[in-house]
Amino acid sequence: MKPEPAQRPDAIPARLRTILPRALPWAVFALGLIVAPLIFSGGASLSILSQIGTMMLLGLSFNMLLGQGGMLSFGHAVYSGLGAYFAAHAIRLAGAGTISIPISLVPILGGLAGMLFGVLFGYVTTKKSGTTFAMITLGISELVSACALMMPEFFGGEGGVSFNRVVGRPLYGISFGPQIQVYYLIAVWLFICTLAIYAFSLTPLGRMINAVRDNPERAEFIGYDPQHVRYLTFILSSFFAGVAGALGAINFEIVSAENVSTGRSGAILLFTFIGGVDYFFGPLIGAALGVFFTELLSNYTPAWQLYLGIFFVLMVLYAPGGLSGLLVEAVRPKVLRRSILRWPLLLAICVSGLLVVFGAILAIEMLFQRSLGSDSELKLFGISVDTSLRMSYVVVGLLVFVSGISLRWAWVAFWDGADKPQTEIAGVTIRRTGT
Amino acid sequence: MEFILFTLLNGLSYGLLLFMLSSGLTLIFSMMGVLNFAHASFYMLGAYFAYSISVNLSFWVAFLAAPAIVAGLGAAVERYGLRHVHKYGHAAELLFTFGLSYIVVELVQVTWGRATVQYSIPAELDGPLFTLYGTSFPIYRGFMMLVASLMMLSIYLALTRTRVGLVVQAALTHPSMVEALGHNVPRVFTLVFAGGCGLAALAGVIGGDAFVTEPGMAATVGSIIFVVVVVGGLGSLAGALIASLLIGMVQTFAVSLDYSVLTLLTALGIQETALRGSVLRITVAQMAPMLPYMLLVLVLILRPKGLMGTREG
Amino acid sequence: MSECALDLRDVRKRFGSAEIIRGANLQVEKGERCAIIGPNGAGKSTLFNLITGRFPASSGEILLNGSSIMGLKPFEIYRRGLSRGFQITNIFHRLSVYENLRCSVLWSLGYRYSFWQKLSSLPDVKERADEVLDLIGLRDRQNTPAGLLTYAEQRALEIGIAIAGDAAVILLDEPTAGMSRSETDAAIEMIRRITQGKTLLVVEHDMSVVFALAEKIAVLVFGEIIASGSPNDIRNNPRVREAYLGEYSAVDRTE
Ligand SMILES: Nc1ncnc2c1ncn2[C@@H]1O[C@H](COP(=O)(O)OP(=O)(O)OP(=O)(O)O)[C@@H](O)[C@H]1O
Ligand SMILES: [Mg+2]
Repeated sequence: MKPEPAQRPDAIPARLRTILPRALPWAVFALGLIVAPLIFSGGASLSILSQIGTMMLLGLSFNMLLGQGGMLSFGHAVYSGLGAYFAAHAIRLAGAGTISIPISLVPILGGLAGMLFGVLFGYVTTKKSGTTFAMITLGISELVSACALMMPEFFGGEGGVSFNRVVGRPLYGISFGPQIQVYYLIAVWLFICTLAIYAFSLTPLGRMINAVRDNPERAEFIGYDPQHVRYLTFILSSFFAGVAGALGAINFEIVSAENVSTGRSGAILLFTFIGGVDYFFGPLIGAALGVFFTELLSNYTPAWQLYLGIFFVLMVLYAPGGLSGLLVEAVRPKVLRRSILRWPLLLAICVSGLLVVFGAILAIEMLFQRSLGSDSELKLFGISVDTSLRMSYVVVGLLVFVSGISLRWAWVAFWDGADKPQTEIAGVTIRRTGT
Repeated sequence: MEFILFTLLNGLSYGLLLFMLSSGLTLIFSMMGVLNFAHASFYMLGAYFAYSISVNLSFWVAFLAAPAIVAGLGAAVERYGLRHVHKYGHAAELLFTFGLSYIVVELVQVTWGRATVQYSIPAELDGPLFTLYGTSFPIYRGFMMLVASLMMLSIYLALTRTRVGLVVQAALTHPSMVEALGHNVPRVFTLVFAGGCGLAALAGVIGGDAFVTEPGMAATVGSIIFVVVVVGGLGSLAGALIASLLIGMVQTFAVSLDYSVLTLLTALGIQETALRGSVLRITVAQMAPMLPYMLLVLVLILRPKGLMGTREG
Repeated sequence: MSECALDLRDVRKRFGSAEIIRGANLQVEKGERCAIIGPNGAGKSTLFNLITGRFPASSGEILLNGSSIMGLKPFEIYRRGLSRGFQITNIFHRLSVYENLRCSVLWSLGYRYSFWQKLSSLPDVKERADEVLDLIGLRDRQNTPAGLLTYAEQRALEIGIAIAGDAAVILLDEPTAGMSRSETDAAIEMIRRITQGKTLLVVEHDMSVVFALAEKIAVLVFGEIIASGSPNDIRNNPRVREAYLGEYSAVDRTE
């Protein structure tokens, strides 16, 4: 604790000095949201940006559970999906003139719906923690998916529920018909909710959920019921998930059973973890990358889910802090200094790493080409490989093997003599909190 | 009468199949604390390997070889994957196996395609075992029950009669103590993990042809065996058995009951056309996929430790 | 007779077939400092676990300020004004020292499950957390994650968490275990200071500490309180001398 600065004439600049660093990331975030569609203005990119926005919010709400509370949920899409359904039905009713609600406020409705189901299902799931919690969330997710098939009146059956998001007369020329308007709707809600989720992490409950994550038993001996702490957090998280779901519904103008599916929940988990759960901004990175690659890769290769899975497993094995963890690690002065001093090794790491990736991709694509079976020639990265020749596999295998060895060697040599980055304790990455 | 008997038998064989899966899951969980999300993926691999082997060689070779291969894969996964993430805690282990399940599905699709493969029952096991009032019970169902029962017996004997089994049992409750006594606990872990995967694969070998062998099979059965494990009580083999049979029976009975609340009302003489479109028209059969999960919720509310469980999760 | 802060009546606990606590009786007056002594495995920690609701007692009655706390959950007991520290360090290892303390004062200051207030702008939380931080001497480690502290520092934090909530009845289980002589003296001095006017129940092996700190001593052997009374009574109690102090005081235990 630094002593309070005495009241001097320059007290205002001093205040500014404490506020500025805190406000700066937010300003950058807001600016990024505003200018993103101006930079990426192509036809599909606006839709991708909108998807990234909703996924970011989903990831942040998911991380209230995983990163903040240590609750690994396999059913987060239940809350966003149900929020989306309620939003869809509300917009349909509004379109039919039965109720009147502006589109810009529909996300609140989706949030409340998500929250309602958070109250309902959370009561059961948050009784447990750890792996049992994970299993139960999966069960709830399957339960809801099964329900979706059984009750086509609400879930719309195979086709889902589709609607027209342009409802009522435009306000100040905003009808939410054009994609750009929807993007900004998402951006505004994302910004508000991000602020709210961040604020949550600064409240007594937000801190106690960290405590419960670390040591639920001790939390009981300082007066808190860990189940209740988890339950409340779960409910709040479901609210934001519902908001994200509603935004997604408005974006696509259709909601189907896929929105509540276990597969969708898995994607949220995958993206969030890849982004990193230990830092607040981790899910933002994960969402951006996840959506971007899903959209992009799926155009190029049928194996994109395999790549996603492999990437995820590699992260779990070698970088449990996710990309944000790696990023924070990489910009530490110690690491930076070493990188500059040992740049040839760093270069070797990069080159052999790229070769490994290249070889692995080549191998996977060759196998895929063969299993799909029509044409034995594979064109990739400007080279062409005959997948029917055994020789090509030997060459690619050798490439991966040799570059793998050199990667390992360069990595070890790079870190030689350094104390291993001390970030883990009892299996968890340390987050520096405090004042 | 014969309806009840046959449904009972079918439920029993399905339940026993579930137990083959959940026993491995429970053993691995209670021993290593690892919830193996990819457990059903090993089941699927068992079915696919068995398909490939039985097409090229014979079902009986597949019956022995497929579980052995998958057990080997399981050992490798434990040795080179799980052990590595162990230090990051149980959540990381769960995430690792989750990612693994993702990869396995994709690899299966690369290798065998997205469509169902023609993995069928061997000719010598095809046909009725006995016929009662015109309904026949297939030999293969009997075979499944036999294999499952034999497996149950051998697990029991292995755990209670062999030295490794005793170490496993001891390591369930006191891993550090067992290690202090000089047993190689990591190796026991590998062994148990491999064994569990092998059991799952065996279930795949005999379940894949009885049901369907397709890339979605892991996901279908995966969530159900989690339910089994939670409902039975974490770490309890007996609980897993009871829950497997319970769920097997409930689901099998449910799919054959084409009644709904509406049918009941109609039978009671209440004719209400307004109710036709409501949820009341949903039949028990349609609800069958939901029942295990409803059971899960019910058990968690009424008996959080599970039917036979001793520990709180 | 004034009401007891803590009143144990024939408390029993069995694990399976082994009866670990075999009818413990103990009365601790309000504002009294009471030490529990006894050999290893006597059941001292188990007794604490029964009082604080970690384990359910098999039979008997436990009263806190005159009302029964049997069957209550640990947090309910805490809310009635009883707080405890653990023999095996039990902290929030990923949170910083300061956050550990902040969490520990929240409930007692009435913030409960609030998610509408900003933690850092609650003056009373800050004040109390700072106070405890100084008390346990971890001021210069306040931003260190608790899991990275040295063993002795973690012990200090353990005590800090237990006392932070300002509970009227405080239970400490071997608070000085593993501390050096000077650290022990400082810790005991601190405990004496902060438990001024409070009820303290402490398990302690160090006899010099026990006799210096406690106004009352209870001797737990084999799950039974074989004697309790003032330090003088205990010192002169033939049963204690025979069963316990006789061979015990000869061995200077450091643990
Ligand atoms: N959960 C439990 N299950 C079974 N036995 C237990 C359990 N907890 C404690 N015991 C047994 O109860 C006895 C008393 O243990 P306890 O920890 O209370 O002793 P203690 O007096 O605190 O000893 P120490 O001075 O070593 O701390 C021991 O024999 C221990 O093995
Ligand atoms: Mg003790």
